Parts: sequence; structure tokens; C-alpha cells
Amino acid sequence: MHPSTLVLRRSARSLSGPAFVRWGLIGAAVLLLGVFLIVPLVAVFTFAFQKGWEAYVAALTHPTALAAMRLTLLAAVIAVPFNLVFGLAASWLIARFQFRGRSLLMTLIDLPFSVSPVIAGLIFVLLFGRQGWLGPWLLDHDVRVIFAVPGIVLATVFVTFPFVAREVLPVMEAQGSDEEEAALTLGASGWRTFLTVTLPKVKWGVLYGVILCNARAMGEFGAVSVVSGHVRGVTTTLPLHAEILYNEYDLAGAFAVASLLTLLALVTLVVKKFVEWRSQPS
Amino acid sequence: MSRPARHRVLPGFRLSLGFSWFYLGLIVLIPLSSLFLRTFSLSWEEFWGTVTTPRALAAYRLSFGASLAAALANVVFGLLVAWVLVRYRFPGRDVLESLVDLPFALPTAVAGLTLTTLFSAKGWYGQYLDALGLKVAYTSVGVAIALTFIGLPFVVRTVQPVLEDIDVDVEEAAATLGASPWQTFRRVLLPALFPALLSGFTLAFARALGEYGSVVFISGNMPLRTEIVPLLIITRLEQFDYAGATAIAIVMLGASFSLLLAVNLLHRWSQRRLEARPGA
Repeated sequence: MHPSTLVLRRSARSLSGPAFVRWGLIGAAVLLLGVFLIVPLVAVFTFAFQKGWEAYVAALTHPTALAAMRLTLLAAVIAVPFNLVFGLAASWLIARFQFRGRSLLMTLIDLPFSVSPVIAGLIFVLLFGRQGWLGPWLLDHDVRVIFAVPGIVLATVFVTFPFVAREVLPVMEAQGSDEEEAALTLGASGWRTFLTVTLPKVKWGVLYGVILCNARAMGEFGAVSVVSGHVRGVTTTLPLHAEILYNEYDLAGAFAVASLLTLLALVTLVVKKFVEWRSQPS
Repeated sequence: MSRPARHRVLPGFRLSLGFSWFYLGLIVLIPLSSLFLRTFSLSWEEFWGTVTTPRALAAYRLSFGASLAAALANVVFGLLVAWVLVRYRFPGRDVLESLVDLPFALPTAVAGLTLTTLFSAKGWYGQYLDALGLKVAYTSVGVAIALTFIGLPFVVRTVQPVLEDIDVDVEEAAATLGASPWQTFRRVLLPALFPALLSGFTLAFARALGEYGSVVFISGNMPLRTEIVPLLIITRLEQFDYAGATAIAIVMLGASFSLLLAVNLLHRWSQRRLEARPGA
């Protein structure tokens, strides 16, 4: 047995006293997580299949469900790459250079996390809505942003803004820049150094940031709900589609859609575990 | 020039600086500023009248009360879960350890739908609670439960690394000197964990204040009774009352920013106090 485990075992005994305390605490934690996490997970799939496999497939292949999947994918396919490029640029900047406004920039990157999703949607309505700043101009030029696809994409980009930067920055700071400097001294160009030296060093941070960003982009509800207008099959993403079905008392349909999103969450957790395992110092 | 000389060799400073600020401005700063500019177009009386209607006051009370209750529950639950995950080995531990992050990964609407169905009068949980005379779905209790679910990972994830770092020697020394397990916990562990608990509490509280998707299904959305602030903003918007929506949004944003600021200061203070303790 590894020596540290021995120490842990011993201290656990010395601190929590008799075994019944230990098992009591474990039992309480398992019960809590069971009630709050495991049973709801089981419930999603139970409710989704309550009318059988065929109803499940029918709910997911309905034209409006397919349209919702397409829109959800579209929002993620736009939001993730944009925020990835920003995350890389901002991490490089903050981790490698000292400049005025550096700590301000770090604070502002996290700003979208402290704004309620509903407010995130509201600000785009104030900008592009009919009564908004650019509303009259957009109306004249026949461009729709709010209650249309561009608004949904914008709101998604906003709420997923910090994810990649937050995950990549600490990794890049921890790595240091000796290898980059060596590559540059040996005559590599800046881009080549970035692509062949820096990116491989931070790849697990990037992957983690991207999957978190993607999970939020596909699952976002509040911000998207404000700008969507709920035009069925046109401006409904998967979470909004689930909401509509639920409000129409189609429980099995709503949970069929919800089960897809739950699978997405489970895949995200598995990738997270994988990244943690790979990036552990060996 | 404040840049250290050794960094001058690295390229891309201007490009990344320019792009970062440009993108931040375009996506975050300009849209957010529209909120403040719209508020300035209101007179003070209009603003005050909008944000102090009985319906708005009831919504603040519910949002703050339920978020506070949920964040406090998360402190207790989070400490318990972090303790069990760090200190004990038992079958299924690895699965639980990974599942703790589920509320972060699961889309909020899915959480909302599922909790509502479980806690409704005929649901898996609701039928038993109903028999006990406890109504959860469509009450403020339901709001607090949804917010507890959403905030569950915060305290676990802030406390866990600190608990892992605490030298077990300190606990053993306390035990050797005759402290009971409870005394060791209260006198040795709790002070060391306090800053992490406080951060977790704040993060959970701030998240709960703005939360929408997981709450909107279970709350039932009755004005004056189970209407949270984010929903009130949406209601105002749907009535095309942009000014009203903006004014309430500003109040909420102000509240969550000052909360985060206050706890940041408190955090720094407690950190300093901890470092000033002899032997710590």
C-alpha cells in the first residue's frame, strides 16, 4: 500500500472516531447525491422511454425537433470557434506579457459569468430589438436579429465567452515560455512557434475549455429564451423545444429531447475525467 | 515600458492585445453598456417607481431568500461531500466524484423539467412529501431546492483542494493532545476551511440569484408569490416594457456585483487573519 494512503486511513480513524461515524457520513453523502443527482438522471431516461422506443424515436425525428437540433448545432459551431480564438489570444497575452490594464482585462473576461442569463438576453434586445438602438435601422434594411437566428447565436456567444480563456490561461501560465524562446532563437516564425510549440503544451486545457464551452452553448436556456421569440421549428433550440413540449403536456416528448441533452452532459463529464487523467503530472 | 526584458523576444503582443480588447468590447462591453445607457434615459422617479412596485419587492424577497437558503444548504452539503470524497475510500466513490459536476454540465432546462416532475404531487418524491403535507412544486421551497441543485458543485470544488492540502499531522497532533474529534474539527479544520467555504457560498449565492432555467418550471410563476426576479424581467419584456425590464435588471446586477465585491473583501480579510495567526 502506498504510504500516503496509510496516513490517510490512520488519520481518518483518529479524527472521525468510531466506524459508525465514518459510515454515517458516507451514507449521508451518498444519500444526498443519490437524491439530487442519480435519481434525476435515471428519471430523465425513464420518463423519456415511458411510451416506448417508437414514441421516443418519433419525438426526436419530428421535423421541429430536427430543426431544433440544427439550430443548436449552428449556435455551438459559431460560438465555440470564436471563443476558442479569443481564449487563445487572451491567454497568450495575459500569461506572457505585462501591460497596463492586464488585471482589468482578467476581471472583465469573467464578467459574463456574473450576469444572469436573462440579462444576457436582455442586452441584445436593447441593442437590436424593435425599440432598441439599432432597431429602426435594422427594420429599414429588413434585417432581423431579435426573434431570429442571429440573436440566438449572439446570446450564445456572450454566455459562453469566458470558458476557453479560463481553462487555457492557468495552463499557459504554469508552462512558462522557455521552449518558445528557444524555438524563436532557432529561427522559427511566431506563428510556427505558436502552432508547434505552444498549442501542444496547452492542448488539454484547450480541449477542456472547448467541451465546457460547447456544453453550455448547446444547453443554454435563459439568454436564448429571451431573444428567441419561440417560433417553433425556426427559432427554437433543443432546450426551448423541450420547454414547448412540456408546456403542451407532452411529457414523453419533452424528456426525449431532454435525454439527448443529458447524454451531452454525461459525455462532457467523461471527457473532463479523461482530460484530468491525461494532464496529471506523471 | 513595464514589460520585463525577457519577454520582448516573444511575438504577438500587439495582435493579441488588439484582438482581445476588440472582441471583448464587441461581445461583452458594448452590449452591457446598452443596459446602463437605457437606464440613464429614465428619470429618477420613473426608475424608483418601477423598481419598488409590490410585485418587484416580492420578487427580490423570493430571489434573495431562496438563494440565501440554497447557498447555506450548499455549505453544509458541500462540506459533507468534500469531506467524504477526500477522506474516505468506498465503492462507487469515483463515480460520485465525477457526478458532482453534473449540475454544471446539465442544461438548466433539463434540471428544471426533471426536478419539477419528481417533486410534483404525483411525482417520485412529491407523492411521499404530499402525504406528509409538504408541498414543494410551485412553492418557494421548490425554488430553493432547484437552486440548491444548481449550486451543489461550488462548495465541494472550493473546499476539496484545501482539505487535500491540510496536513494530517495537525489533526493528529490535536488528537494526541486530547482533543475530541469534534473539537479538532471545530478548532483546527473549520478555521482553515473558512475562506474556501466562503468562496463556495458566494459563488453559489451569485449563481442562484441570476438562475432562470432550473427554477422557472418548478416555481409556478405566480406574481407576488413564486415569481423570481429574472422571470419578472422577462414578463416586463414580453409586455414591451423595456424601461421596466432594464431598471429591474440594473437593480439585480448591482446587487450581485456588490455581493461579489463584499465577499472578495471579506475573503482577503480572513486570508490575512489566517496568515497572521501564529504557527499557521
